[in-house]
Amino acid sequence: MPSALINVPAKAKRGDVIEIKTLMSHIMETGYRHTASGAVVPRDIITNFICRYNGAEIFRADLYPAIAANPFITFFTTATESGKFEFEWTGDKGFSETASAVITVE
Amino acid sequence: MRLAFCLAILAAVAGAALATEIPQAARRSGYTFMTPDTKAMQDEDTANPGMLFVLDGEALWKRKAGTADKACADCHNDARISMKGIAARYPAFEKAQGKPIDLEQRINLCRANHQQASPLTYESRELLALTAYVAEQSRGMPIETDGDPDLASFVEKGHALFMRRQGQLNLACANCHDDNWDKKLAGSAITQAQPTGYPIYRLEWQSLGSLQRRLRACITGIRAQPYDYGSPELVELELYLMTRARGMTIETPAVRP
Repeated sequence: MPSALINVPAKAKRGDVIEIKTLMSHIMETGYRHTASGAVVPRDIITNFICRYNGAEIFRADLYPAIAANPFITFFTTATESGKFEFEWTGDKGFSETASAVITVE
Repeated sequence: MRLAFCLAILAAVAGAALATEIPQAARRSGYTFMTPDTKAMQDEDTANPGMLFVLDGEALWKRKAGTADKACADCHNDARISMKGIAARYPAFEKAQGKPIDLEQRINLCRANHQQASPLTYESRELLALTAYVAEQSRGMPIETDGDPDLASFVEKGHALFMRRQGQLNLACANCHDDNWDKKLAGSAITQAQPTGYPIYRLEWQSLGSLQRRLRACITGIRAQPYDYGSPELVELELYLMTRARGMTIETPAVRP
């Protein structure tokens, strides 16, 4: 039951630089660990994160095994128009999660 | 005469034991030892990974379980009201068992008695999530454990365990957390062992963890044999620590390095 926490300001003035914060629930198993009996624990990580602002991609990140569990990704963008931010995380074992947030730009 | 002498010695020993205890005004949450970055992580709900578990706990609270096909919410309704202040009073005395139980054990008792469901294992995501969700309802409230006179003898046992040297390093909890909390151990703050934010999201664990996990890690650190999860010794130690932190504010889910 993966859950995400998103922090986008509800309102902003046109041209404002706003901070977007995202926290995604994921174990980020590196694939380098072994069980007590020596078997490799298979890699299970988020490999890709994308943020779209009214359909246009504004931020993308590739993730690797060194990134800690429950990745916290924050970035900045310019508030240009009212609308929707869409977030998408994809990863190993068919992991695919989405979340969204709306903003009103005045 | 002899009795008076014995009493004088007892008083002196008790005095010495008390002398090492942290004065009420000097008590500090582990939070105050952290860097600004880690504090910021705990302070903001959308940056605190412990809140992911709280969200999961909220979903579990409403999910039906067991042969009784009941959810926590079917009896307790809205946790934001019914569970307010509960975690601040745990571990609490359980009359049926004649001993104190902690919040995790209370949740599992409820599962067994009212949901007719199998107990959740310690440190499982489900139990941590439910515990975090229940405890989060007490955030900002003062710890009130120790109101119950039935608990007195168990607090005393927990205190004795806290003061007892053990393990290959021959250390008691008190040697670090009462006597040397203002110092560092290999670059890390020792801290006062005030259990204000459990279950905590520990960055080292990359997960939420219970107070018992923290205690077991410390006991392993002094190279003693850790007590099993749910053992009376660990619950008594939890109980003593909560009474020791009486009046301090619940921070669940806290973040710690």
